[in-house]
Amino acid sequence: MQPFLTRLQEGPVVVADGAMGSLLMERGLGPGESPEALNLTRPELMQEVAGLYLEAGAELIQTNTFGASPLKLALYGLDDKAEDISRLAVEAVREAVGDRAYVSGSCGPSGRILEPYGDVAPDEMRNSFRRQLAAMIEAGVDVLCIETMTDVGEATMALEAARQISPDLPVMATMTFDATPRGYYTIMGTDVRQAAEALLSSGADVVGSNCGNGIENMIEIAREFRACTDAPLLIQSNAGLPETIGGDIVYPETPEFMAERAVKLAELGVNIIGGCCGTTPEHIRALARALH
Amino acid sequence: MEILAQIADGLKDGDDKQVRTLTQTALDRSIDASRILEDGLIAGMQVVGERFRDHEIFLPDVLLAARAMNAGLDLLQPLLGESETHSRGKVVIGTVKGDLHDIGKNLVGIMLNGAGFEVIDLGKDVAPEQFVEAARDSGAGVIGMSALLTTTMPAMKEVVGLLRSEGLSDSVRTIVGGAPVTEEYARDIGADAYGFDAASAVERVRELLE
Repeated sequence: MQPFLTRLQEGPVVVADGAMGSLLMERGLGPGESPEALNLTRPELMQEVAGLYLEAGAELIQTNTFGASPLKLALYGLDDKAEDISRLAVEAVREAVGDRAYVSGSCGPSGRILEPYGDVAPDEMRNSFRRQLAAMIEAGVDVLCIETMTDVGEATMALEAARQISPDLPVMATMTFDATPRGYYTIMGTDVRQAAEALLSSGADVVGSNCGNGIENMIEIAREFRACTDAPLLIQSNAGLPETIGGDIVYPETPEFMAERAVKLAELGVNIIGGCCGTTPEHIRALARALH
Repeated sequence: MEILAQIADGLKDGDDKQVRTLTQTALDRSIDASRILEDGLIAGMQVVGERFRDHEIFLPDVLLAARAMNAGLDLLQPLLGESETHSRGKVVIGTVKGDLHDIGKNLVGIMLNGAGFEVIDLGKDVAPEQFVEAARDSGAGVIGMSALLTTTMPAMKEVVGLLRSEGLSDSVRTIVGGAPVTEEYARDIGADAYGFDAASAVERVRELLE
């Protein structure tokens, strides 16, 4: 495999994977259980999910470590297992994909709020990210993905931690924006330009957005990112906002709907396109077909 | 500027020291504690809620305003009777069973408190029985439930059902909210109201308690 950043420069759009949680729920993850704990108890599930996305055409596959920072794992009393969880998660995806896809170490928000607005001291936040990221780097990820961030301060702490541990490993960072009448902002009040500047100056190689309010909003967000940076861009949209249909909760955007709009993302110069909440291997298959 | 308006302004600026000092000054001038609460703190928080709803300010501003509100409230509380402190009624809130996301729920709590309601916050991962028991024990008129996950939303329906089977659905009304929750879902499960965001949740609670 080419080094990840070389691949981004030279090749066509990289197709990334889609949602993890829903696939795990179909395989027995109960409400209120830690998805990351499954890395300890059922690593074969992580291999299976990675395999499904690989087979669907994803070239970048995330680890099941979104909530594997010690701060987040503490909610389940699993903070002392942070290193084991991260290592096993990386090993499972690697086992499934070998060198047929890049293994991306996912790192989501702590779920806590930094001082002075919340109760987490900066050093506690940094240390939490450092433990998770160090374990994933040690286990051999190809790239890190700091994702779904809303606080640019928290995101830059994770980025700086990654950079300190490994100055050369590619790092991606994405934030989640809401559509407001005044434009796109995270709930903490960061707009796209501020996000791009802060993330890039803290060492991100790739920036972008994930989750959010559906792929049509992502097209606008991507346009705003592209207007302020030439850096590689990553977009992983959810399949719209969930709706209730006949008592079932469903995400409304179909594979075809998303694939059509993914082509627009590519035209805007987005380098990596995948899915977030509500997307399935079928969505990724449709994306891969439309983009390649 | 009139001192109560200054208190409201200090709250909007998230300046807890200023709010504390001005609240003390107002008390020293023998202004009634309940008036300081209504026309100073609650009036200020109302504006904060509206600005947040309109995306003019963001979560950090609200969190600082809440801290400033509490700085003033600490001084007023000993001087206010139980009924005056929270003249608008009691609300039980929590994140539903299986769900550990509480930032949105906390925000609703801040806004309800800021609007003069007494908030009984059960935290996160709250079982249906806990919601109902807390409402019964406290005499709260409303249960507010939050969920961030599509998989935990069904727990809201259990609470609604439990209230019905216990014969409490007339005295205890329900409101639901959270990122994946929609007005339609609220209707489907028989909840009495839906809070699109924290500010509208306060409006709906006000209507439910009227």
